[in-house]
Amino acid sequence: MISRRALRRGKSRVMVGLMGVAVLVAILPLFLILASLVIEGASSLSISFFVNRPAPVGETGGGVAHAILGTLMIVGVASAVGIPLGVAAGIYCSEYRGTRLAWVTRFVADVLNGTPSIVVGLLAWTWVVATQKHFSALAGSIALAFLMVPMVMRTTEELVRLVPDSLREAALALGYPRWRTTLVVVLRTALPGIVTGSLLAVARVAGETAPLLFTALGSEYFSFDMDRPMAALPLVVYKYATGPYPEWHKLAWTASLVLILVVLVLNVAARLATRQRFDRA
Amino acid sequence: MGNPSTPPDLRSDASSGSLVGSARGDALFKWLLIAAACTIPALLLALLYELSSGAWPALSKFGLEFIVSGTWDPVAGIFGAWPAIFGTLLTSLLALAMAVPLSLGVAIYLTEFAPVAIRRPVATVIELLAAIPSVVYGLWGIFVLIPFLTTSIFPWLEANLGFLPIFRGPIYGPSVLAASLILTVMIVPFIMSVSREVLLAVPSGQREAALALGATRWEAVSTAIVPYAKSGIIGAVILGLGRALGETMAVTMLIGNRHEVAASLFAPGYSMAAVIANEFADAAGGPIHESALIYMALLLFAVTVVVNAAARLLIWRVSKGRGGR
Repeated sequence: MISRRALRRGKSRVMVGLMGVAVLVAILPLFLILASLVIEGASSLSISFFVNRPAPVGETGGGVAHAILGTLMIVGVASAVGIPLGVAAGIYCSEYRGTRLAWVTRFVADVLNGTPSIVVGLLAWTWVVATQKHFSALAGSIALAFLMVPMVMRTTEELVRLVPDSLREAALALGYPRWRTTLVVVLRTALPGIVTGSLLAVARVAGETAPLLFTALGSEYFSFDMDRPMAALPLVVYKYATGPYPEWHKLAWTASLVLILVVLVLNVAARLATRQRFDRA
Repeated sequence: MGNPSTPPDLRSDASSGSLVGSARGDALFKWLLIAAACTIPALLLALLYELSSGAWPALSKFGLEFIVSGTWDPVAGIFGAWPAIFGTLLTSLLALAMAVPLSLGVAIYLTEFAPVAIRRPVATVIELLAAIPSVVYGLWGIFVLIPFLTTSIFPWLEANLGFLPIFRGPIYGPSVLAASLILTVMIVPFIMSVSREVLLAVPSGQREAALALGATRWEAVSTAIVPYAKSGIIGAVILGLGRALGETMAVTMLIGNRHEVAASLFAPGYSMAAVIANEFADAAGGPIHESALIYMALLLFAVTVVVNAAARLLIWRVSKGRGGR
């Protein structure tokens, strides 16, 4: 009897130990990837990297300023469309949560969040590139906006739902119409959470490559024209990583380092912003 | 939860609005919100419609033959997606086989055994893996993972397990196995974070009852907690499958991009998303080539919609108690 008990305890310890090892194995890649990025990419970080275009093949130096500008413009336009739509849809699904439309929207948003981004890129291609007969940054922005709407909608919905009903009731009891209650009381209370959700969505689409491949296409030049092809950081990483030249690989590492710093800073900032207010787990 | 910092200014409302006016404002506001909410289902329908109509020429020409045929010849205008479909399924299932035990181990450890102080930080760090752009995984895979695999892991596998056909044959760098490994790393945070949420929703009475009956801590987990959360965990796994099926850039950069079904995991292959990523921007075979690629996207879309819908329904069933989802 005693040995059986010891056996069960031993098994329990072994299993718990194995799960502890799983944690280490799961964390390891993050550190390996960050270490490679710093080792390979940090040495080329310079002022020139942020203000110049790529140098001709064979020459060292040069930068990806055109792609940084492109990413800012493409993601900026996408956010200007995607965030307000997503927030409004999220408010609807939370403030009118019992309706059938709210259920359908929530469910479809979850499905769309799992849809491959390249498929969403094809929709933007069909609507913009195929009708205009040329690639354009605007098509890229539209693809990214399509990706953002369901993401922002889900976070907004969950955070607006956390606003206690007593706040809504207080405002309504004071004679506020429902729309002002929502905008002035509910939205304001949930604002930090909505900012978090939006930042996370921006961080995600800023690294998206696949939907830009056949919309924004990429370019070697500075451009402010949304109607023309435009460079973007992820496209630069893809092109230079798969290209044949060592100088290109170097640029790809450094561009990745910049990209990941932006994404991680957005992520950490987003998490810190709402940590105290909406800590539910 | 904080109150708004300034009290609402009631006078402006009292002077400006009669009850009728506020009702009109309410109706307008509601319709605006409804319009915004409708964009999401509309997006799904638009995707279905545009992909179907774009795929129609290829769909009517090749029919279901497209799915089982292995010839992909843009010059001759003959398209069969089987190698890409096979590669997508193989890499995703391999990745799932490696990622599921790993992420469930992490999720269980972080909800049941880890010191309370490190639970959230560790979960957050692992979730950051999901924030790394796919193209950065691809870059890292090309220049760090593949050289490591070809110099140490692949030769070892061939030497020790080479009697299996899957570990035989010439070692290329880019391969099905390399793509599966990067996919594993990429889907672990998704499966981990959803199953952790599901496990957190298990009432503590489950655990306490098992412990009170004399179960060890592992027995409490395996007999009382995991079975309770089972359908949610299955949902999390299916969600991970959906991610793996649609993952594009990292796979494109690591799988070798060859329209071929090989027995060896060391051989290059192709995936559906990778074919679209590589060939769509300049579809050399003209309109029918383009249509075949859209057909491929339609198949991929249909599969991921089914997979994600199933996953969501399973997860909602478990976490319904929490937050009324």
